[in-house]
Amino acid sequence: MLSVVNLSFIIHNSSNMNQLVYLIPLLPLIGFLVNGLLRKSLSKSVIAVIGSGVILASFIISLLLFFQVKNSGEQIINYFNLISIDKLVIPFAFQIDQLSSLFLLIITGIGFLIHVYSAAYMHEETNEHYGRYFAYLNLFVFSMLLLVMGANYVIMFFGWEGVGLCSYLLIGFWFKNNNYNYAAKKAFIMNRIGDLGFLLAVFWIIAKIGTVNYTDVFAAASSFSSTDITGITILLFVGAMGKSAQIPLYTWLPDAMAGPTPVSALIHAATMVTAGIYMIARSNILYSLSEITQHLVAIVGLATALFAATIAIKQNDIKKVLAYSTVSQLGYMFLGLGVGAYTGAVFHVMTHAFFKALLFLGAGSVIHAMHHEQDMRKMGGLKKYLPITHITFLVGCIAISGIPPFSGFFSKDEILAAAYEKNSIYWGIGVATAALTAFYMFRLYATTFLGNFRGTNNQAQHLHESPTAMTIPLIVLAALSIIGGFFNVPEVLGGHSSLHQFLSPALTSEIVHKSAHSTEYMLMGISVAIAVIAIIIAINKFSKKPELQETHGFAKVLENKWYVDELYDNIIVKPLNNLGGFFKNIIERKGIDGMVNGVGKLVNYSARQLRLLQNGLVGGYILFMVLAIIVLIYVWINDNHILSFFYKYF
Amino acid sequence: MPIQYYIVLALVLFCIGIIGVLIRRNAIIIFMCIELMLNAANLLLVAFSKMHNAAATATNSNVGIEGQLFVFFIMVVAAAEVSIGLAIIVMMFRNVHSIDVNFLNRLKN
Repeated sequence: MLSVVNLSFIIHNSSNMNQLVYLIPLLPLIGFLVNGLLRKSLSKSVIAVIGSGVILASFIISLLLFFQVKNSGEQIINYFNLISIDKLVIPFAFQIDQLSSLFLLIITGIGFLIHVYSAAYMHEETNEHYGRYFAYLNLFVFSMLLLVMGANYVIMFFGWEGVGLCSYLLIGFWFKNNNYNYAAKKAFIMNRIGDLGFLLAVFWIIAKIGTVNYTDVFAAASSFSSTDITGITILLFVGAMGKSAQIPLYTWLPDAMAGPTPVSALIHAATMVTAGIYMIARSNILYSLSEITQHLVAIVGLATALFAATIAIKQNDIKKVLAYSTVSQLGYMFLGLGVGAYTGAVFHVMTHAFFKALLFLGAGSVIHAMHHEQDMRKMGGLKKYLPITHITFLVGCIAISGIPPFSGFFSKDEILAAAYEKNSIYWGIGVATAALTAFYMFRLYATTFLGNFRGTNNQAQHLHESPTAMTIPLIVLAALSIIGGFFNVPEVLGGHSSLHQFLSPALTSEIVHKSAHSTEYMLMGISVAIAVIAIIIAINKFSKKPELQETHGFAKVLENKWYVDELYDNIIVKPLNNLGGFFKNIIERKGIDGMVNGVGKLVNYSARQLRLLQNGLVGGYILFMVLAIIVLIYVWINDNHILSFFYKYF
Repeated sequence: MPIQYYIVLALVLFCIGIIGVLIRRNAIIIFMCIELMLNAANLLLVAFSKMHNAAATATNSNVGIEGQLFVFFIMVVAAAEVSIGLAIIVMMFRNVHSIDVNFLNRLKN
């Protein structure tokens, strides 16, 4: 009771609230340290309570902060100077505004649900690994919070690198499987490529205006030359490509499925991949100044959305389908960013966080029930064994397909409407992608939950609904997936665009679209109709006879992901490997080793030759002595100084 | 007699000494060659002393014979050296029944 009183007091006292801000990232960090250091001595339940508890506490503070921001606007809290060299001062500061407070809610809220779910999902692990898992999970959330809360690009970069590291640690969580380690390395390296772009952009900004604080950079943005602004935004976008899995750096995300399923949910919904979206939304003032970059962002987003959706159609691994759907949905968000619908993109981040977390956790529940079987072809008919998972998963599928009034519809519609205004081709491809999305999601749904069970008898006997700790997050997320869209009902449907209004101080470059109501109705109608048709086709096609046979022709190309991995392997990995081999065998072995060993050999050889002079014959020694004296006398006579001989000749 | 004659004589004696040391293997001969070199040096000392003496005594009668004094020191040292050297040679002969210095090679191992 006391704590409730305290909290209500805090709400009314904003200065106190500010003192709590640093706790939001600090608590997960403490959780990381405690769970990480004491993982061998704590029991599993204690680990789970600490791990989830710190995130819950962060969530509560974030919630309070959210309402404070809603009432009294943004604020920047300076703690200390991180770097102070000459005129360059980089403070350690948090910027709490509409955008970051919304992200804080998504990260800690979804993060908390995933932690709770993980507590049950990971119960088979030993104590030590259980603690390690929760420590990494907390560190992941910490990094993401740092990324979102930072008031300048450098703090953001810390978080940016932190999530990259944590994704590596978590994807390779089961490190005894070497394939998982490769997947982890792939994720890390792909991310590093993008991070280089981000880093260069930060350097460029520092070189240009000598500060990295958002407020200063955005204030100075209008004075940048067009080359500067385009260069900076494109480099930042390269960073976003890596982190948010866009063409050409998307291949790590599907491979990231090697990690435990809740980790996939965390990466795909709450942390990591939304970082790119956040960064561009945060830099919306910069992006709006560069027409070229905006087009680039929109086109890359659209291409990724379509490309990933085509791959998702033919995947048989339940998590792979979801992974490609994430890539595709991220493409959508970038389309939104590219056409200036920043709110739409952020809104889609939010709704996507709900339903993608739901879908992943649902998939985790299925995998859990199937004893770690991930191949959809060996599932089927799970509807009656896993009722709660089934219902919630269905909700997720409907939401991602964009059927009103589920959340996905509203966010997708907003992006599509903005795309239509910019260019109707964007819209056309967007709708086609939406149809593909609906199709592959319901292919997944029908293959997994409908029809007959196709697994082994052993699996059939052990099919069971997941424990409460796993189903409750599913139910909460399902509820959010249903109602999530109502936070931002567009005017045309009688709403107030609440999210739009809330975010407008942070997203000043938002392009407000003003299509006629009739056009908007038409756009909505078409996209919903196409999605419904796709759903009906998918259910009819796959519930009775799922695709079990080998694929041929074009389908095989899709199943093999357009052979992009092989392409990268051939044009980048192998040449680099060969170059590395060349340097190793020729330059290193022959050249450098040869030089070093050569010096040794020379000394060795000459020593062996000179050794012969010491032959033990006294006469020989005297001869050398006499010769040496003659030389010395000669030198002495000529120069009168013995060292000048050396000065002269050496 | 001009000083050059003494220098040339000393040089010749010294070179004979060196060459003798270098090419002969008989320890006694080597020994004698060393004495030859010492005496070449003595000869030079005496010659230069005599040469400078005439000029030096004109101003100060107490100078000009240091060179000749020095020769006596060298003779004393040489005598001491001879006694030790001959002792070594005798010991050597007792051990190896030869005074060939190349027999000393076996000290190498």
